[in-house]
Amino acid sequence: MTYTPHTDADRAAMLAAIGVASVDELFEDIPASVRASRFAVPPSLTEQEVRAELTRLAGRNRPAEVSFLGAGAYRRLIPAVVDEVIGRAEFATAYTPYQPEVSQGTLQAIYEFQTLICELTGMEVASASHYDGATATAEAALMACRLTGRDTVAVSRGVDPQVRRVLATYGSGPGIEIVEVAADLAEGGSGQTDVAAAAAAMGPDVACLVVQQPSFLGVLEPMAELAEAAHANGGMFVTQVDPVSLAVLEAPGRYGADIVTAEGQQLGIPLSFGGPYLGLMAARMDAVRQLPGRLVGATRDGAGRRGYVLTLQAREQHIRREKAASNICTNQALCALAATAYLAAVGPEGLEEVAERSATQARHLVASLEAAGLASRRFGAAYLNEVALHVPSAALRHAALVEQGVVAGFVLEGEYPELGDTLLLAATELTTDDDVARLVEALGAAT
Amino acid sequence: MSAVESRPAADASGRGAAFHSPTSGERLRVVEPTLFERSRPGRRAIRFPAPSAAARASAAAQPDIPAAARRTTAPRLPEIHELELVRHFNRLSRLNHAIDIDFYPLGSCTMKYNPKLNEWAARLPGLAGSHPLDPAALSQGSLELQWLLAELLREIGGFAAVSLQPAAGAHGELTGMLMARAYHRSRGEGDQRRTVLVPDSAHGTNPATASMVGFTTRTVPSNARGGIDLEALRGALGPDTAALMLTNPSTLGIFEDQIDDVLAAVHQAGAIAYMDGANLNAILGRFRAGEAGFDVMHFNLHKTFSTPHGGGGPGAGPVGVSERLVPFLPAPRPLLVEGDPATVLANAWAGRSTPGARFELEAPGSRPTAIGRVRTFTGNFGMHVRAYAYIRANGGEGLREVTDDAVVAANYVRVGLADAYDLPFDRICKHEVVFSARRQKREHGVTALDIAKAILDEGIHPPTIYFPLIVEEALMVEPTETETRETLDRFIGVMRDIAHRATTDPEAIRSAPHTTPVGRLDEATAARQPDLRWSFPEAVRTDSERDA
Amino acid sequence: MSLPDDRRYSREHEWIRPEGGEAVIGLTQFAVTELGDIVYVELPAPGSAMTQFQSFGVVESVKAVSDLFAPASGTVIAVNEALRGQPELLNADPHGDGWVARIALTNPDELDALLDAAGYGSLIGAE
Repeated sequence: MTYTPHTDADRAAMLAAIGVASVDELFEDIPASVRASRFAVPPSLTEQEVRAELTRLAGRNRPAEVSFLGAGAYRRLIPAVVDEVIGRAEFATAYTPYQPEVSQGTLQAIYEFQTLICELTGMEVASASHYDGATATAEAALMACRLTGRDTVAVSRGVDPQVRRVLATYGSGPGIEIVEVAADLAEGGSGQTDVAAAAAAMGPDVACLVVQQPSFLGVLEPMAELAEAAHANGGMFVTQVDPVSLAVLEAPGRYGADIVTAEGQQLGIPLSFGGPYLGLMAARMDAVRQLPGRLVGATRDGAGRRGYVLTLQAREQHIRREKAASNICTNQALCALAATAYLAAVGPEGLEEVAERSATQARHLVASLEAAGLASRRFGAAYLNEVALHVPSAALRHAALVEQGVVAGFVLEGEYPELGDTLLLAATELTTDDDVARLVEALGAAT
Repeated sequence: MSAVESRPAADASGRGAAFHSPTSGERLRVVEPTLFERSRPGRRAIRFPAPSAAARASAAAQPDIPAAARRTTAPRLPEIHELELVRHFNRLSRLNHAIDIDFYPLGSCTMKYNPKLNEWAARLPGLAGSHPLDPAALSQGSLELQWLLAELLREIGGFAAVSLQPAAGAHGELTGMLMARAYHRSRGEGDQRRTVLVPDSAHGTNPATASMVGFTTRTVPSNARGGIDLEALRGALGPDTAALMLTNPSTLGIFEDQIDDVLAAVHQAGAIAYMDGANLNAILGRFRAGEAGFDVMHFNLHKTFSTPHGGGGPGAGPVGVSERLVPFLPAPRPLLVEGDPATVLANAWAGRSTPGARFELEAPGSRPTAIGRVRTFTGNFGMHVRAYAYIRANGGEGLREVTDDAVVAANYVRVGLADAYDLPFDRICKHEVVFSARRQKREHGVTALDIAKAILDEGIHPPTIYFPLIVEEALMVEPTETETRETLDRFIGVMRDIAHRATTDPEAIRSAPHTTPVGRLDEATAARQPDLRWSFPEAVRTDSERDA
Repeated sequence: MSLPDDRRYSREHEWIRPEGGEAVIGLTQFAVTELGDIVYVELPAPGSAMTQFQSFGVVESVKAVSDLFAPASGTVIAVNEALRGQPELLNADPHGDGWVARIALTNPDELDALLDAAGYGSLIGAE
């Protein structure tokens, strides 16, 4: 074991300076009655052995040869430059920039990140990050409750079921009531959130309407109409969006969103079995004092140099304690840096290429499966790059394809009992024509 | 004076190559332009393949994205060549202090060395490419790793079970308090037990968490020795108490030596004992919270288990629980569904897979008592990989050594500075030691903030200042186990020198820092007139447009 | 520092200057010095009621936050709108231009429970 640098001579000298005879004396304040009776952690390993163990575990995963799985986490190209940036030890091994004079790198990068998220969403202010998209949405709903003084939240059934569960967990704390707004999931239905149901749900005691765009089921929601329904009785419109989609879909700030959240994993962050990911949150300036999470602001030093600081900190737990807007402290700063580097690397044209190519490959996928008579679109509304398809014996064939290294998306029946024999398939810019052909072939054979 | 003001190429520290802003018309000096200032229309770093003609033809038969849903104004993302991009971030990185550059004794954050081996492990394609919703048959490695890590943390903390789901320490606190509430509700006491007791030395996250769960916080004072005031605690405990949240060792770096009495009183009152495990690095192998009687504790993988802090995350905040809280753990948990646990562990410790062993995530809804999900998927897996690699590399003996050396280092700093700064609680400390600059402030007008800024000039990151709140002009030093004696000696020398200069030339300290890329920043204006995003200059109209 | 004689002071460091059945309230110089650079004041809504010694608003500095406690019970008639854009007025002139609110007093006798300038001066001298 070589993790600590101290030699026996170092330790002896330091113990002598402290004035104790042994290390154990430094632990005498732990009463004998509560000292650890055991500590059965296996023996230390050398680097060579650790590599072997981690290689063993990595090898136990069987990466799919072809995958159309999305459902909230997407396989996308991560430009090599992104990992280079976040691998810089000056970023990775720094902590929260409490001392701005020696943290300008992190602070400026977050300021740039905040700007990029505002640009994508069409909003005025973005916080420095949340744990993931779901916790960002949950915090946004709580924020809407604080801003409106109301304690009911309406959520579309088109929102990712995992997000709705996290919202329920967070809402259970302060006793927020959650009402579900139906989506048109009937045979031949649009798949969209029911605007009339949303309008009916948005009574004067409801703080906000939460909608996902594109929905978890892949359809494009009628955002302008839903915004109107949300606002009719003074409620707020909270939208969870796909950040890549914002290259081609309207900015939420332009259709009346009050708080915008997103899962930022697609912006240069690996799948990594579900985390660390990146929660995005943006709002309007008049709500900034209720916005949870860190904020970086630009200012100047005494010599007139531009510099950046953590600001509006009085919202936060370390100052406001039990009255804070949230308890969030450590967030996902390095993932926010990855997103910043990603967005700068792809630029406006690149992000549009990613979104358009993903949409085209999804259409090619649907057309190919339909042409082969293997699947049909389950919903009538337009889609972007993820789509719900009716596939006979969906669960069985999905399982059969896994054995061949093909993941035919996500089986929806588990989360939506009314969507039997329905698969949710995603295409990204990494989806090739060969991938599509392989799926058509495998699905056709698995009858 | 031209509109563009140039500066010397680098400051005295050699960091922070200086640039002038090509767009500033006023005397604003810029250390590194923003991405948006570097942007030039038409430049780019990466291209993506166009869809094939066949794909386009086939896609054309499908409905297009409706015009009404399409974006009307393009986002002003920067347009930058890759070299400019690399230089931008590399230059920014040089403006940061970091563990890999020099000493970072930021109290309460455990800024220890983050081994490179962990980074290698987290980037293994088999792990980094693992989709969280892949069928279990494809994810056995990820699930086994999480199961093994949970078993290791269970042993380290002495708990009945561990959830890896929480993404950070405060998220672990939230999970723990939600479980405390679920426990009281299960016993029909949910409406009655609404108060959480928090010592006055606690992190702000503790009371903020209690509020998020709908609890009311009541503060319990510390005693003269830096422990909890036991009589005050007993007086505050009652049938309305939901939990005590106790950081142990405390933020003063002091182990709560009345812990037996504290736990007995809490349990006698029917409340849940929560331990904030932020300072676990001080007690590995010496004290196991679960074994001692705590019901729940969060681990900070980014503190105790060496995952990098990343400039403010990502971290990970797994929670360990005693038997009575197991039913309430967040869902889903990775489970070993086929195979003998002891055999699987023995094999894994020997670097072998167990034939026939099978792991699965708990099925949705299979444990109705669960508090639910606190986030998507199963946690910050990339941090789990790093922590697993760290624990395996150190092993049990190594972790004990980590704790021993962290505590030796803190006490070495304590005695080295005992005469230079006040020690409000002058006793053996654990992993960190809290000094007070009240003498320097009173006698020379030099505050803890001034001292922190003077430390910056020595290339060292300052301690945490003004925390814990109960110490006037607090300077909270956590040296960690990975700093050599030479580094500790250098720090002690720097701190002694500053204390001395506070008496001879206090103004030099009050005006520090002098060598950093920027000086003290105007935080008041930053908060009064928040500038939270880049303001794009208005598009300049050409003469022809103006004429038209 | 000089403490005006035309008003009363609370132990929570607010001042109140009665004008007939109304009164103007604000923070003392001592309070704003302790807080440092004030960056935000959460003002009560006109028409709202406040109760003596209860919180009616919040004041934020760069690194601290503090409740504003009512020195007397009353109904808010007006607030100092200038503080919204220029919270620094509180630092510059806490006993004058940095006033916080004007209230209609519910019970002018409540002022008897407050300190006069000399009493408050010795209170802050002791702190």
